Parts: sequence; structure tokens; C-alpha cells
Amino acid sequence: MGKSSPLTAIKVKRFVYNNALMLVLAVGIVVIAILNPQFIQIRVVKDILTQSAVKLLVALGLMFPLLTGGTDLAGGRQVGLAAVLAASMMQTAAYSSRFFPGLPQIPVIVPILIVAVVLAVVGFFNGLMVAKLSLPPFIATLGMSTIVYGANLLYFGMEPNSAQPIGGLRDDFTFLAQHQFFGQINILIVIAAVFVVIVWFVLNKTTYGRMVYAVGGNPKAAKVAGINVVLILISVYVIESILVGFAGVLEAARTMSAQASYGTSYEFDAISACVVGGVSLSGGVGKVSGVVLGVIIFTVINYGLAFIGVNPNWQLIIRGLIICAAVAFDVKKATI
Amino acid sequence: MSEYRLEMEGIVKRFPGVLALDHASLRVRPASVHALVGENGAGKSTLMNCLFGIYKKDEGMVLLDGEPMEIKGTHHAIESGIAMIHQELNPIPEQNVQDNIWVGRYDTKYMVIDDGKMYEKTKRLMDQVGFDIDPKEKAKNLSVSELQAVEIAKAISYNAKIVVMDEPTSSLTSTETDKLFHLIREIREQGTSIIYISHKMEEIFEIADEVTIMRDGATVGTWTTEELSVEDVINKMVGRTLENRFPEQETPPREELMLTVENLTSANPRSFKDISFTLRRGEIMGIGGLVGAQRTEMVESLFGLRPVLSGTIVKGGKELHLKNPHRAIHEGFALLTEERRTTGILPLLSVEDNVLVANLKKYSNALQVIKNKEARKNVQAICKALNVKTPTLKTRIMNLSGGNQQKVLLGRWLLTNSNILILDEPTRGIDVGAKYEIYKIMRDLAAQGNSIIMVSSELPELLGMSDRILVMCDGRMTGILSKEEATQVEVMRLATQFT
Repeated sequence: MGKSSPLTAIKVKRFVYNNALMLVLAVGIVVIAILNPQFIQIRVVKDILTQSAVKLLVALGLMFPLLTGGTDLAGGRQVGLAAVLAASMMQTAAYSSRFFPGLPQIPVIVPILIVAVVLAVVGFFNGLMVAKLSLPPFIATLGMSTIVYGANLLYFGMEPNSAQPIGGLRDDFTFLAQHQFFGQINILIVIAAVFVVIVWFVLNKTTYGRMVYAVGGNPKAAKVAGINVVLILISVYVIESILVGFAGVLEAARTMSAQASYGTSYEFDAISACVVGGVSLSGGVGKVSGVVLGVIIFTVINYGLAFIGVNPNWQLIIRGLIICAAVAFDVKKATI
Repeated sequence: MSEYRLEMEGIVKRFPGVLALDHASLRVRPASVHALVGENGAGKSTLMNCLFGIYKKDEGMVLLDGEPMEIKGTHHAIESGIAMIHQELNPIPEQNVQDNIWVGRYDTKYMVIDDGKMYEKTKRLMDQVGFDIDPKEKAKNLSVSELQAVEIAKAISYNAKIVVMDEPTSSLTSTETDKLFHLIREIREQGTSIIYISHKMEEIFEIADEVTIMRDGATVGTWTTEELSVEDVINKMVGRTLENRFPEQETPPREELMLTVENLTSANPRSFKDISFTLRRGEIMGIGGLVGAQRTEMVESLFGLRPVLSGTIVKGGKELHLKNPHRAIHEGFALLTEERRTTGILPLLSVEDNVLVANLKKYSNALQVIKNKEARKNVQAICKALNVKTPTLKTRIMNLSGGNQQKVLLGRWLLTNSNILILDEPTRGIDVGAKYEIYKIMRDLAAQGNSIIMVSSELPELLGMSDRILVMCDGRMTGILSKEEATQVEVMRLATQFT
């Protein structure tokens, strides 16, 4: 680079800006690996991916309203509601303090479907408030978050459970998060990968995806182009709630337990990951690959700092710095 | 004292891969109106951005009253006596006029804002510009021309010696334009120099003393307006001879009726009522009138964007109930909206997606998966047919010039197989060369048997392109003029019938 012309300098700059996320990830891994070479092993990669899976599902969900310029501050509370709902129906018959003492052995798919329906209703009302009543998404979903949490606490506190953590979950349910394919690959990684592919396909290859980006980019112009903007806005919240609800089910299966406080502030983790991954909060811009990278970066930092024995509270500071730096980078990118 | 108020000499500005300014120069005399013209992309905005220090120039120098100057940014510019009035005004809507003018340099008394003093000062400024605007009025309640007057008053308050105006009349009625011109002459008398950027030839010849023409980043030359004709200016701008501003009509409209509208009345009592007209196949129907005549409201109601109270719309023997744009598109209507940036383009999406957005059903299979190859092929064909200049189809549409954006939007509607195109101010803010191309596309479409409804505030365009002109005033239809009857005077007479 001794005699670089201004043009190649600009090219280097562009490359750095366009691949900033990958570079941050690479630098992070290299630094951690230098401090503890044990970091470079397959088990670590598997751990990181497994730990990312549930968060990734929440982030993929949040991506839908974010793409339309909205948000969902009730996302985390919906994870909690879904976890408690699913767990309450999936306890073994032998468990001493059952949520529904007389409940027969129902198939695993039943609570999953119930969760999907309940959360679709929550999402529908979020969407209705945003699309029909023109409430700012921030306010509408902020209100919804306390409503959902309140409902969850009421359910969770019912007799005979009386707000005790729900344990004794059935093996065929915890299978959803505990199973290892070939004794090697955690099922969560596979589930997350499947959802990544589905969401990528829907957003990039279907008419629905184009309409979401169009509504996010300029709702007025989208309306003129014949798109039913109200319907699209409602649908993104419904899809998001269902995805987030499924994440809640997996969270219960992963921890083999559930309580109402589950999922607290998950929506902020998800929004952070989306933003770091290049999803614009004003809508219309964002890629699935960016969201995946965003989630993984945060897990790598979490896991990596613990791995080299740094006080875990440092990761909060580093996470905050990354969020601000990533957005600053994105803003700067537009000007070069 | 230098002969010139402002001299920009040999300005060079390079962007990666592009020479945006190639030794451009501009010399503006004191107390004069200096028009700066050129096609979009000729470098006018880049030159102005270099003047304001928004871009850092690579070569050249700027002299203010003969003194070399290096302006570092907009704030520095206005402190040095150079003010810019943008095409899109950006007032603080919820604040009043005086707060908008004195923002950031409020008068205070014992550290408390002295509203009374600012009121008096604002009042004096308003007298100076000759506008009767209450300094306590909120900016959101002002018309565009009043907001411009406020901007000019603000420039005066900074003792601006040079005021740059970028397309100031693009959303003004002709009365408002007259008012603005009066104001411009007023401040010129007071010694201010005005750099006037515009595409409208009539205006330039009315208001400007001198004109500098730019092409491809370089200055073609500077002349006094007496030395040039409209044709001279256009020829020097495009660097070639444009025979006509409007392409000849080769195929007259057919007899067959395409659309019959009877007694169309808006659901909004303050909007239009009792609009009746017929549209033949292959006809271009112009809609004339002043701003506020409810022309946009009328055509947007036809397209289902705004509710109607009563009236019938018959197309092909079938009565239509167009409740939303989706229905209208299905029935063969297309609408190019007046505000290209706010209701037309999807700025962050690619050229390709901007074309496809109204055609998603057409290019997807039963599972709603987009047939990429077929879509791409058709987008490519339509962009080629319309001569859209874009680096790739994946380029974000916001990076294209206004004319090319408009062509992309036209392409969007051509792919929907519509046969009634409603074009609301189709050439606003578009340079002369691209305007001609759009007129040509309109003529071709009409010749192929499509019908066009064109709302336009530019009289030459209205007269040059329309087979008939429907004139509206204050929400009512005041007449339909045939090509033979239509003159500037007649259109204006009908447009001002109730005022």
C-alpha cells in the first residue's frame, strides 16, 4: 500500500465500511483466540450457535415490523407468555406440583398451536393499533408489553401454581431444544437455520416480501402502487408475534422450566442485533444475513469474554459501544 | 469595489470516477438577477454546493467582493452574506414565523427571550419584503410563497449580499410567482445579487439580467438575457439543436370513447364537484387551473385514492366503483402522482423493484414466489424502451436524476397494462432534454391507443401536448377547450373565473 492512489484508498474505505460487521467479528475472534487459543475449536462454535438460536428467532421476528419502520417493545413479554403457556401444558404426569393437575398427556404440537394462535391475536392487535389507529408503534407496543405481562402474571399466578416456576417438563417437549443430531448438532441450530432460510425466502423471493420493503420504504407511494398498506402492516406484527412465540416455546424447552419473567428485554437484544446488522429503524432497509451476523456477534462477545475470564459486566459496555459504533458507521457509509 | 459581487473561477470537483465540475466559473454582478441554467446533472447543484462548502472543491477559487474566500459550511456562508433558498423549504412547522427567522440567535432581555423585540424586527422585515404575514403565525399555516418570503426575510436579516434560489417557483401559482418576482426585484433594488436556478425559460427571461449556462460540469458562457432567445438558451444547454419543445402529433385521437365521467363530486365538501367529461381512445386531455383548483384531488379520486360522494365513472360500457388504487389499477388506470418524491418513488429500493411494485401479481406464480428471470427481462425491456439512464437495475432509484426517476415510474405503469394514464405534473423539476423524452413517450402511448389525463401548471406544456383542455377553478369545471380554442389567455380566463 506504499504508493496507493486516492482511488484505491477510497476502495479500501468502501470495503471496510461494507464489511464492517465481518471485520468486527473477525477481530473479536482473533483477539480472544490470541488470549486463549482454546477458543478455536468445534465445541465453541457449536455452543455459540446453540446459544444464538433462540435470540436469532426473536430477532428475525422483530425484523418484520422494523422493516416497515415499526418496532415491537412487547416482543420480550410475548416470549415470556409463550414459554409459560407452553410449559404449563407440558409437565410430566408424575410431577408433584402440576399447573393443570388433571391434564392428560397431550401431543407436543397442541401447546405450540395454542401459543401461535394466542400470540397471533396479540400481534393482530399491535398491528391494528399501528395501521388503523395510527398509533406510533413505540407507544402501541409499549402499552401491549404491559398488557401481555399482566396477563401472563395472572395466568402464572393461578391456583394451584401460585407463581411457582413451572418445572418437570416432558422429555418429548424438551426434545425441541435438547436433542443432538448424530450426538453432535443441537436441534436448536437446525431449527434456527430452517427459520433463517424461510424468512430469507419470504422477504427476498415472494411478492409479500417486496411489499413489506415497499411499505417500509414509502407507505404513500406503496399505496399509490396498489398495495394494501393496512394489511401489510397488520401482517408483519402477526408474523413477528408467531415467530417470537415459537422462540418462547423453545426457551422453555431449552431451560426445562418457565416463569413469567422469561424473555425480559429480549426485544432490546433483538433490536440491537437487527440495528447492528444494518436494519434501518426508519424502515425499508435490512437483510437477513445482517441480522444473523448481528445476533452471532453479540453471542461471540458474551461467550468469548467469559471464555477468557473477563468480568461478564464488561460485555454490557462492549455491547453498547458496538451498537453506537455500528449505527455511526452506517450513517457515515451513506456519505462516501 | 470589485466589478463582481461573486467570482467563482476554474472550479474543479472530482467524485470517484466522475469529473463533476470541469473548470466551471460564475461571475455575478452586484444588484442583479443572475440565472444559472443547465440540464439536470450539468453541475449547477455541485457548483452551489462548492460555494457553500458542502463539497470541498479540488481546484479553483471563490472571490467575494474581490476578496478570496473559503466558505466552510452553510452557517459560515450565511454569516458571510450568502443565503440559499432551497427548492424544498424546511421551516419548523410548529413554530411561528419570528422563531423561524431568528432561530439560534434569539433576542434576549435578562436571559429571557424578548418576544416583543423579535416581533417588531420581524414586522419590519415583512414590510421590507412586502408580505403581510403575522410574525406570530405558525409556519405550518403559511402557503409556499409565504414561506419563501419568510426565507427571503431571513436572508435579509443576515444582511445577505447574495441569495441563491433553487427552482423557487416549482410549486407556485402564477399570481404567487408574480408576487415572488416583485419581491426579487425589490431586494435587487436594495443591492442584493440573486442567483436564480430554474428550468423555466419564460421566467428566466422575465426576471434575469444575465444568464450563465452550464453543460457537462463546465460553463458554456454568460450572456445578458437581451442577447439570447429561448431557443438559444435551450440549444446551448443541450449542446444540440432542439427543433421543437413538443413532439408532433402523428396519430389523432380515435372516435371510440374510453371513459365517461359524469358529475363526479368529492366526499370533501371543500374539494371539487360536478366534474363531467369524456375521454376518447388515444386522446390527451389536459387539466388546467391554478394551484388550489382541486385538480390533483380530482384525478386522485378517479384513481380511488380519495373518496367520492357521487357521480358515475363508465369505462368500456361498465360502471366502475373505484374504492381504492388496487381496484383502479385492476380496471386499467395508472397514476403518476404530483409529488414524485413523497408518493411516487420508493427511494431506498432498486430501479427494478420500483418498476415491479405495482406488478407483483403479474410476475409471481401461484405460491406468490416472484419469477425473477421473467420480471428482470421485462423490466430491462421497459427501461430500454423508455431510455432510462441508470448504472444497473439494482441501483437505488434515489440516485437517479428526476427525469430518469419519472421514466422509471412511467415504466411501472406501462407494465401494468393500463390504458388510462393519469399524469399529475409529469415534468415538474425535470430538465429540458428529459422533458422532451417524456412528451415523446406520451405521444407514442396515445398513438398506441392509450388515453392520457395530464394535470399541468405549465401553460406551454398544456397547450403543446393536449388534444383538449379541461379547466378547473375553485373545485368547479369552468370549461373544456378544444385545440383550436385553447390559448394562454383563454385558459387563464377560465382558471380565474371565480377569483
